[in-house]
Amino acid sequence: MSDDAVDPDDVRHVADLARVDLDDEEVERFTAQFGDILSYFETLDEVPEVDREADLTNVMRPDEVRDSLDREEALRNAPETEEGYFKGPKVS
Amino acid sequence: MSSEYNGYVTAERIEGADDGPLSDWTVAVKDNISTEGVRTTCGSDMLADYVPPYDATVVERLTEAGATIPGKTNMDEFGMGTTTETSAFGATDNPAAPGHVPGGSSGGSAAVVAAGDADAALGTDTGGSVRCPAAFCGVVGLKPTYGLVSRYGLVAYANSLEQIGPIAPTVEEAAELLEVIAGPDERDATTRDAREALRASDERAGDAREQENGADYEFADAADGDVDGMSIGVPTELVEGADEEVVEVFWDALDELESQGASYHEVDLPSVEHAVEAYYVIAMSEASSNLARFDGVRYGQSGGFEGDWNESFARSREEGFGQEVKRRVLLGTYALSAGYQDKYYRKAQDARAWVKQDFDEALSEADVLASPTMPVPPMELGESLDDPLQMYLADANTTPVNLANLPAITVPAGETGDDLPVGLQFVGPAFDEREIIRAGSALA
Repeated sequence: MSDDAVDPDDVRHVADLARVDLDDEEVERFTAQFGDILSYFETLDEVPEVDREADLTNVMRPDEVRDSLDREEALRNAPETEEGYFKGPKVS
Repeated sequence: MSSEYNGYVTAERIEGADDGPLSDWTVAVKDNISTEGVRTTCGSDMLADYVPPYDATVVERLTEAGATIPGKTNMDEFGMGTTTETSAFGATDNPAAPGHVPGGSSGGSAAVVAAGDADAALGTDTGGSVRCPAAFCGVVGLKPTYGLVSRYGLVAYANSLEQIGPIAPTVEEAAELLEVIAGPDERDATTRDAREALRASDERAGDAREQENGADYEFADAADGDVDGMSIGVPTELVEGADEEVVEVFWDALDELESQGASYHEVDLPSVEHAVEAYYVIAMSEASSNLARFDGVRYGQSGGFEGDWNESFARSREEGFGQEVKRRVLLGTYALSAGYQDKYYRKAQDARAWVKQDFDEALSEADVLASPTMPVPPMELGESLDDPLQMYLADANTTPVNLANLPAITVPAGETGDDLPVGLQFVGPAFDEREIIRAGSALA
């Protein structure tokens, strides 16, 4: 394992950043697995720097008004709605 | 409709137009491709009740061509897996080798074709997810060049890598299906019209295949089985690490092609040794961003409204996502977090450029490249789930193609002593699907 060994706090921190709650068992399992997987990813250090010759093309289309989903369709999959709006939790 | 192998998540028919090139076909569709009015779950509890309000472009093209869609096929959750065991709707069995995994993540699509419950199917291939299940189920699977087929309406996992592709019993049928779904789409700016490039390549070769009106891709015409004079490069790196029996079947198939007039030579692709790690870093990074849309407010499982948005969001995702999805979202978030971008993500992009360069060089001296599709025969159900790293390593031969955005096809090459299917993969130059179709049709 590398200098950056993964500990349970790292897993909790990254789960917090990713907005995914984990139970203690998951934290334990991921701590062990992430150690293996990240040290495997570190073999990327052997990759030489490569010149990239990607041709970049502007693919912007004209900005024209088009039909879109109506409100009812857009809200169809929302668990909760109110008066034509998505209903969600408070922001902070 | 047979369900003993759990190939479908939803068996709801969508009728196609009365006539068209596919009017007598049933084409099953992977459950991460949007179908208007028919639920599209991505194999996840998060989207168990999600009903798209529109069709994906490929679905529109299928039904306009007359195809009937018999149902939505089972898959690894959000396309994340190599065995179709991470589906929230249960694992799919392999009709060609019962008790073994059908491969993933388009395992349901390959299984319904192998079982004869659909004439053909669509899968999606991010790191091999069309080719792996096709190989494990003994059918044909084609991963098109990036940009040939529209991804509009595909629920995104890793946008820069994934393509929708056909799975069918024969190369010719896969090619016919590809003709229907290929072509530019104004709703997907990464698509391009490859017909011009194909005409130019025909003219350079002074080829008699030149199209009369330039309106069609004519992939099926290339399935003529004629490999006389074809030059095949064999990347040693993709053969050496494979299972002994798989390698034996592979060389037998190459001997068969040689007896039909093809020649082969070994090529060196040193970069592919790093393809799996580059693929997973890039795919997980893109997944961590793409899957942020599942917040339980616009769609997805609601986390309830106790606490603030972040707390509710995190609870929704705890309940809605399975282990493999959480693992990849977290690892992707880690790889992109401050201090680690240069270490993982940027290096992975270097590896991607290197892989592309290696393939371009190898393909300048060969018409196609050939390797075993999967380095191993299909695993037994339940065998590989506990060790994610081992499962990731099984993708060694398929992921390089996605990094290089090239087309590839897998065709059945034979079976191991235990009757387990082995697939052979051909890789071709960008937008030259006809070359791999021709090579594949000599075997299936």
